[in-house]
Amino acid sequence: MTQDSGNAPKRAHRRFRPVYLILLIPVFAALWTPFYNRVEPSIAGVPFFYWYQLLWVPLSAIVLFFIYRTEPRDKGRE
Amino acid sequence: MAASLDWVALIVFVALFVLVTGLGFIAARWRKGDLGLLDEWGLGGRRFGTVVTWFLLGGDLYTAYTFIAVPALMFGAGAIGFFAVPYATITYALMFVAFPRLWSVARKHGYVTAADFVRGRFDSRTLALAIATTGIIATMPYIALQLVGIEVVLAGLGVHGEWPLIIAFVILAAYTYTSGLRAPALIAVVKDLLIYVTIAVAIVVIPMHLGGFGAIFASVDTAKLTLASATDSNMGSQAAYATLAFGSALALFLYPHAITGVLSSSSRNVIKRNAVALPAYSIALGLIALLGYMALAAGVKDMPQYASGFARFGANYAVPALFLQVFPSWFVGIAFAAIAIGALVPAAIMSIACANLFTRNIYKEYWKPGCTPKQESQMAKIVSLVVKLGALVFILAFPQQYAIQLQLLGGIWMSQTLPTVIFGLYTRKLHPRALLIGWAGGIAAGTAMAASLDFKGSIYPLHIFGWTIPCYAALSALALNIAITVILSVVFNAATRGRTRVDATVATDYA
Repeated sequence: MTQDSGNAPKRAHRRFRPVYLILLIPVFAALWTPFYNRVEPSIAGVPFFYWYQLLWVPLSAIVLFFIYRTEPRDKGRE
Repeated sequence: MAASLDWVALIVFVALFVLVTGLGFIAARWRKGDLGLLDEWGLGGRRFGTVVTWFLLGGDLYTAYTFIAVPALMFGAGAIGFFAVPYATITYALMFVAFPRLWSVARKHGYVTAADFVRGRFDSRTLALAIATTGIIATMPYIALQLVGIEVVLAGLGVHGEWPLIIAFVILAAYTYTSGLRAPALIAVVKDLLIYVTIAVAIVVIPMHLGGFGAIFASVDTAKLTLASATDSNMGSQAAYATLAFGSALALFLYPHAITGVLSSSSRNVIKRNAVALPAYSIALGLIALLGYMALAAGVKDMPQYASGFARFGANYAVPALFLQVFPSWFVGIAFAAIAIGALVPAAIMSIACANLFTRNIYKEYWKPGCTPKQESQMAKIVSLVVKLGALVFILAFPQQYAIQLQLLGGIWMSQTLPTVIFGLYTRKLHPRALLIGWAGGIAAGTAMAASLDFKGSIYPLHIFGWTIPCYAALSALALNIAITVILSVVFNAATRGRTRVDATVATDYA
């Protein structure tokens, strides 16, 4: 099988970074229906079911932004 | 009155339509490139930056049909329709993690489609053909459904007959042919601005009309306001909801039009930034979903002036009826134009994506391997016309229900390309023949499940250890697919030990 040659650039093996595991939080929060399948506490007449799930949209974006900020910069690739 | 012509709304609608048509043709000269190359025509030269990609993908993934069908589901079935919101939360995490890898390897080797990548990675024409065909077949009904979006708003404007739809599509076909992916990219900007204005106004004005959000939610049947609870032996609609969100999230970025959007971006960081910024559309989608409840609260269903619309389009008429009821004519024109233009953008990108797949993975692979770049791009242009024409004929000749059922099947089929495309980005250990058999098994099982539901739904009840688990058929079929793929890969790899397969890519290509 082809393997990377010895003089390959440093980022040859983009290693798994544990910070990615944080992504499991929004995924779990979005899928665990027993937690959010309820009406109360409602806000201004909007049941929990709806505002909770809408809230996770920006929260997951914040999580992604955080991970993006921790990435090593790809120099000269912009 | 929906039945008679609303002139003010129609004039605003037509004016906006003319504006985007002009943009569509001007787009050919935008960021000028040689449109005789497939890379330029079909991927915009891979030069789209963060902002353009944001508009392009937003215009691509949040289609007119979404804007009509999601609130329609809320209107008819209640809470289950809200799955579009957690679905989006998950799909961007996947986009962030996996798709920069696809972008890098595609850039390195000049891949235009996912099937190009599969061809290079696994050195299997057959597997690449399977992936390409799945993409084309799953996308065609999706294009047809965009036409339904246009039909619904035209009916709302009081325009009758088939000719307006035909005119709209001929115009769309003409500028897609001349400008390629640049046309929808430019039009997407206008479309998104119109959509955001419409939603912002709707979310403020409509609750004021109806007495606030409390009154809106109060008008919804309590049983439909949340998901039915699980019982001792049945996980109920909560399992359906979660699997629907998860399965749809896995499938979304496998669709050819999504991959085309991803590959047209100018760097892997553009993809990552977009995974962060695209959820803005999901908020909009969540609010649009609530329009279904607003339509319930407004009571449009029982108003005689909308009866013919509901009779023809069912719940899909809920949003147009709501807009006609609460907005002044000129704003109805803007809102309806937003929906109709929202149909043109994805329809253009989908037809381009299908054209790329056909040209690269069928025409060039099997038919004319020695074709010049110019012939290649000419073929793609023609295919994009054929694909759109097919969708138009389909929607005019057959009942709308067929397109809806085929689109539902398309989602199940598209999911079955995940092991090949996504796992393939991370490992070469899976055997191409195992992937092919897994794909076939997943498609067969998924189709059988949908058939047993008379193609009316995609939630198939699994019976495991005395439990009944309603599960999205795409997800259970995918589980079977993965199991077959992994087991057979172990077997085939053991059988061919010592012989290595050709892999055109190396680990550094993905970084």
